[in-house]
Amino acid sequence: MTAPVLELKNVAKTYRVKQGLFGKPKPLTAVNDVSLTLGRGEVLGLVGESGCGKSTLAKILLGLEAPTSGQVLVDGEEIAGQDRLALARRIQPIFQDPYSSLNPRKTIADIVSLPLRVHGIGDSASRAKSVRETLDLVGLPARVLNTYPSQMSGGQRQRVAIARALIMRPEIVICDEPTSALDVSVQSQILNLLNELREEFGLTYLFISHDLAVVEHLATRVAVMYLGRIVEEAPVAALFDAPRHPYARALLNSVLTPDPAQGVPDTQLGAAYPNPIAPPPGCHFHPRCPFAQDHCKAAAPRSVPVGQGHVKCHLHDPDTPMYRPDFTV
Amino acid sequence: MAAPQTTDPLLEEISGPTPRQILRKRVRGHTGLLFGLGVVLLLVIVAILAPVLAPHDPYVQDLTKRMVKPVFMGGTWEHPLGTDHLGRDYLSRLIYGARVSLLIGAVAALISGIIGTAMGVAAGYFGGKVDAVVTFLINVRLAMPVVLVALAVVAILGGSLEVVIGVLGLLLWDRFAVVMRASTLQVRRREYVAAAQAIGASTPRVILSEIMPNIVNNLIVIVTLEMAHAILLEAALSFLGLGVQPPTPSWGLMVSEGKNMMLFEPWLVLIPGVVLFILVLAINLMGDGLRDVTAPENRS
Repeated sequence: MTAPVLELKNVAKTYRVKQGLFGKPKPLTAVNDVSLTLGRGEVLGLVGESGCGKSTLAKILLGLEAPTSGQVLVDGEEIAGQDRLALARRIQPIFQDPYSSLNPRKTIADIVSLPLRVHGIGDSASRAKSVRETLDLVGLPARVLNTYPSQMSGGQRQRVAIARALIMRPEIVICDEPTSALDVSVQSQILNLLNELREEFGLTYLFISHDLAVVEHLATRVAVMYLGRIVEEAPVAALFDAPRHPYARALLNSVLTPDPAQGVPDTQLGAAYPNPIAPPPGCHFHPRCPFAQDHCKAAAPRSVPVGQGHVKCHLHDPDTPMYRPDFTV
Repeated sequence: MAAPQTTDPLLEEISGPTPRQILRKRVRGHTGLLFGLGVVLLLVIVAILAPVLAPHDPYVQDLTKRMVKPVFMGGTWEHPLGTDHLGRDYLSRLIYGARVSLLIGAVAALISGIIGTAMGVAAGYFGGKVDAVVTFLINVRLAMPVVLVALAVVAILGGSLEVVIGVLGLLLWDRFAVVMRASTLQVRRREYVAAAQAIGASTPRVILSEIMPNIVNNLIVIVTLEMAHAILLEAALSFLGLGVQPPTPSWGLMVSEGKNMMLFEPWLVLIPGVVLFILVLAINLMGDGLRDVTAPENRS
């Protein structure tokens, strides 16, 4: 792995949630002790259920939310003290819904050139040239310049969003489920475009998704998130071949197959997603884990290096009575 | 995952009319809006051109020609709408009265619009404590009866055009604040706002160039409603003798001055009353129409 371009050290974000008019605010830990490292040119797939903290993590990386504790480092520099404009040049987002991420009152030229205008780069002629080049890069003709988002299809809109993210040539792009709002045929076009752009500009992606097929297609490493924690992090092949954490296994099992005869897969997760305001004691996953033992209710698992990744599960921790070094599920 | 290249994005048609074309088409098909707009425009022109259009001086009294009947009740074309109890030409007073009504409506709506929009947008955008303070102020304002407060203030400061405009401007911002707060809350959650923030745009820039263009259509509707509201309140205050002071021609004052003769010469009350009704109706139709034509695509 090359020098890390993005590093997260024990990042946590706690919200205070008020319950009722006179209720005392209770802490909700949306992101809990997340440590991740991304090398230049890598694509880290971040997967997990809805509400597990993926999007909060994205907001922290974009500087839209400040972490409660922990550090985020870009090129070894902490972003907490940095100017928002400087950060914006390095990290840019691509959002989930291209119907909501483009201002309906602006023309495509306005939308794509906004970063240049905010940062005061170039004069109007050089900006117009840059906008045309970037649109060309994402496969949009120059005649869309004076059209409005409402005149475009979902795939075209997402290309506009990609052009806006890339016009300042950032190092890191946070893709927050960039294809989940698109048709399947358009999804693959956008994914291939993202892949080509990554190769051309040496971009680093944090690719947030709940679509495992998309992650397998694009990512080099995968991190599995559950209730604010990264429970397993490994190279994509290792994780998809032999998931070590029981939750990662359940996620992989939950992928629907095109064959209707196989029915809806049983994840064996049973119980519903736990309340994040009152998370279960010990390992947060134990109420839904088919391998849970008494030890899981008592102690939270620590992060153990396994293979080329990390996993947070007592089954892989040599210091616990449950240790099963051969356990892959 | 294989990539089924079903459509080449370059060949995909970028179709459909621009938002401006859609708007133009909708405006043309909306009778109420066209009627309202037409009447308001006509009255604005009449008010501006009052010195040219008015056949007589609205202040000149002629006690020999008191309460001349209008032409449709057997009067002459010398005074098409007759004269009032001091012999002043009724049509000229009506034309000059349009100036007062429109000026009060426009300026009061402008003042309250600025106050209410600033409060509402700040509350919706920043939330938290700002929102709590603004919501409290809105509630305080809603708990005050407008007419009572206006009467009290005018009674203390004395009635004049400036005082009426000021009082109404400082009292009618509640609906602006409520609607702008709700609209801002709605727009603020859109991802293009987060995208602008992630680009590094400053807060004023995000508010002015990303949020405002998307809530300005709601603002226009409230402006029209509050204009009509202010015009009616001015008429009410003038009728009660606490608004615009005589001899300034004001429609509310004309109704007030005519009310003593209402049973014998009903047109003295009827003419300014009908004109007031038409103006307020036209403004409301205009507001409703603007709301209809600027509604998002999926509504009609």
